[in-house]
Amino acid sequence: MEFFRIRKDIPFMKHALVFNVISLVTFLLAVFFLATKGLHFSVEFTGGTLMEASYTEAPQLEKIRETLGKEGYQDAQVQNFGSARDVLIRLPNREGMETGKVSEKVMASLNAIEGHKPEMRRVEFVGPQVGKELASDGAMALLLVIGGIVLYLAIRFEWRFAVSAIIANLHDVIIILGFFALFQWEFSLPVLAATLAVLGYSVNESVVIFDRVRETFKKKRGLSTPEVLDHAITSTISRTIITHGSTQIMVLSMLLFGGETLYYFSLALTIGICFGIYSSVLVASPLVMWLGVSREQFMQVKKEKQEIVV
Amino acid sequence: MNRYPLWKNLLIGIVMLWGLIYTLPNFYGEVPAVQISSGKATLKLDASATIKRLEESLATAGIQHDGLFADLTSVRARFRDTDTQLKAKDAVEKAFNPDATDPSYVVALNLLSASPQWLTAIHALPMYLGLDLRGGVHFLLQVDMKGAVTKRLDATTGDLRTLLRDKNVRHAGIAREGQNVVIRFRDVESQTRGHAVITASSNDLQLVDGQDGADFKITATLSPMAQKTIQEFAIKQNITTLHNRINELGVAEPVIQQQGLDRIVVQLPGVQDVAKAKDILGRTATLEIRLVDETPGALEAAMTGAIPAGTELYNERGGRPLLVKKQVVLTGERLTDAQPGFDGQTHEAAVHLTLDAAGARIFKDITRENINKRMAILLIEKGKGEVVTAPVIRGEIGGGRVQISGRMSSEEATDTALLLRAGSLAAPMEIIEERTIGPSLGAENISKGFHSTLWGFVAIAVFMCLYYMLFGMVSVIALASNLLLLVALLSLLQATLTLPGIAAIALTLGMAIDANVLINERIREELRNGSSPQAAISAGYDRAFDTILDSNVTTLIAGVALLVFGSGPVRGFAVVHCLGILTSMFSALLVSRGLVNLIYGKRRKLEKLAIGQIWKAEAN
Repeated sequence: MEFFRIRKDIPFMKHALVFNVISLVTFLLAVFFLATKGLHFSVEFTGGTLMEASYTEAPQLEKIRETLGKEGYQDAQVQNFGSARDVLIRLPNREGMETGKVSEKVMASLNAIEGHKPEMRRVEFVGPQVGKELASDGAMALLLVIGGIVLYLAIRFEWRFAVSAIIANLHDVIIILGFFALFQWEFSLPVLAATLAVLGYSVNESVVIFDRVRETFKKKRGLSTPEVLDHAITSTISRTIITHGSTQIMVLSMLLFGGETLYYFSLALTIGICFGIYSSVLVASPLVMWLGVSREQFMQVKKEKQEIVV
Repeated sequence: MNRYPLWKNLLIGIVMLWGLIYTLPNFYGEVPAVQISSGKATLKLDASATIKRLEESLATAGIQHDGLFADLTSVRARFRDTDTQLKAKDAVEKAFNPDATDPSYVVALNLLSASPQWLTAIHALPMYLGLDLRGGVHFLLQVDMKGAVTKRLDATTGDLRTLLRDKNVRHAGIAREGQNVVIRFRDVESQTRGHAVITASSNDLQLVDGQDGADFKITATLSPMAQKTIQEFAIKQNITTLHNRINELGVAEPVIQQQGLDRIVVQLPGVQDVAKAKDILGRTATLEIRLVDETPGALEAAMTGAIPAGTELYNERGGRPLLVKKQVVLTGERLTDAQPGFDGQTHEAAVHLTLDAAGARIFKDITRENINKRMAILLIEKGKGEVVTAPVIRGEIGGGRVQISGRMSSEEATDTALLLRAGSLAAPMEIIEERTIGPSLGAENISKGFHSTLWGFVAIAVFMCLYYMLFGMVSVIALASNLLLLVALLSLLQATLTLPGIAAIALTLGMAIDANVLINERIREELRNGSSPQAAISAGYDRAFDTILDSNVTTLIAGVALLVFGSGPVRGFAVVHCLGILTSMFSALLVSRGLVNLIYGKRRKLEKLAIGQIWKAEAN
């Protein structure tokens, strides 16, 4: 089997501007949604109590809300989760509330409702100080990833590659966040992990293409820079699609079988993988071109490296 | 040309064998077990004696066990099924805790790996499952360090008052103001003398002289060193106290760990009664010092049931009965520290106690009046007291520094010091994170994680075999070996596997296939450009190496960042992700190349590679 039967190098660079405009528009849209709608942060970030209870028969949510309201939890969000028999209750942290005891009190009032008794499946309580720390830790992790990758690529390749790769892939991160803002999907810690993992993974995509660019510059003289880029992309496109396809198969499997906890995690990965292909192929390469990469600089870098090796 | 030297093949073989052995325990599953551990802080578990006792009690009850095991803190017995396990638990409970109201041992139901003895002996254990997979309660407790410092400052205030009075320095009041102790004086001379006296007595305090209207004052703050010591001490003591209390819950494998500077993680697998757990975590225990009633005949009378009025009967450590007066001389609040050490003259092991000023005064009076009598130090917990130690008073003890010595090993001294400190929490704690996972949800999470990995793997395997034929099969074997090594590594390190961790396994497999695709595409390309099959294999692997290294390093950077800054679920994900990247490098480069070498390496006249159809553009 061979999916990709490409006769000539595809002139990707001819349309470089179009690709970048498309990606800029998507990026701006993502920023717009992030700014207007904001992320729907999970309990881990906001602090509060989250409870999951399971009934043998579908309970009336209205009754649960009413009972909790009487107990003083008017701001409780009660909703179905997964099936009509599973109920999810969210309670924000409030000043002066005895936070440690909320889960027991809620459970007691749920048990007091007539009808079927619930089985407690999961409780998560997060104090206000923890949430703040998580947000700042997340930001630090992102900075460390960006710094580390730029440094590594700058040493292994050249600063132009490093800069374009990180711009292209950061814009993936923003787009993932944009989707989560637009659809108000829950942004939890696993989603954050997925986002950062995707960042590492898509940079890896750019690396494969840059590797080819370097090789083509060395081997084939007489090609212009856009032609070199076209050639590099064309000769790796088959690998790009197959690799991402395989990874996506795995992610799809998680999306289908992984249940509620892994759902948003794999959703973030799916978006990341799709936009990762686009951005590392069609955004990073033109950026490298516009930043003025050329054979000469490249050979210089190569020479220096050889000296170090020798 | 495509042959590995023998040592490389051997290396691959050995690594794979190692992976297989350490993955094995995960396939055996778990069997029901009963675990016995010490239920009292004063009781040390003696493994060999406990095993003997356990064997006897099971034999008398006519219950068969599938093996007994002991580690430092517990003894466990395996059973065939849960029915036997429950029966055994009842029997053991009866044999070890004859008095059900005052249990000395914790007898808990547990699960043990069913893997054979030789695997356990080489430390091959199944993966350690996180709470989200096995169910249980997780608490994150914040220790109030300010509270610990304040408590110390309050004690210091009293100490300074006594000190200045003893040294005849007149002051106009000592009070704690926030995180400072302020001492006021009427005149400069007193201030100067006060300064000198305090400096001479303690180096934990930093003093600043000042003037407040007509008054002269000294502001004393705890030095950073002293604050650090207090905080370290506070968290250690709180952890010890929590250990003692959690024993009561009968949890088989509780985790109590320090996290960061001022936090404690408590994980109680299998516990569903959150309310009780919280109650126990928050309870306080107290230390009491009382006098021993040594009236001749009183003890004998008490043993027969006629306890004299105003006294209580307790058992000393080691089992001897002791009659203790009900009147409390001192409580643990007066005790500021207890450290193991040695007697300055006899070089015997000893425990050094430090009392605060008020405590020291009372202690001085009591010891003066009761020379050659015994006093008992009791730990009162759960409304029940226990004599930690009952030394004889040799002489008047002043100054608040008390030494308990005599017929103690240094280990016993350490234990006693720990116990004396363990009475109460050094600083208040607050639950800042709580996670409870029901057991059914845990089991569901395991099966969900397992199925997503399984089906994803199968789908990738089918596709790779169809698309790259034999080379695809090699890739799939390499991927399987990656999974094997990853699981073996996780089992060996006993890293906690959580649901995000399982997701990381799946994701790592999905990403690891990239290296194989890169290699296979390269080989096809070399063939397309007219290389001979052997040259194509060699060039394919060599050229792909750089790219694989680069791309894995960038992914690893992201993984490490998550590891450094992540906590909870993110950390579980990051650990597996990073390990997976390392094992995938090994399997994609060495294992798959080794296999290809074995298949094709020896053939001199190789015409064709089974790597699927190679399409060549007509123009070329």
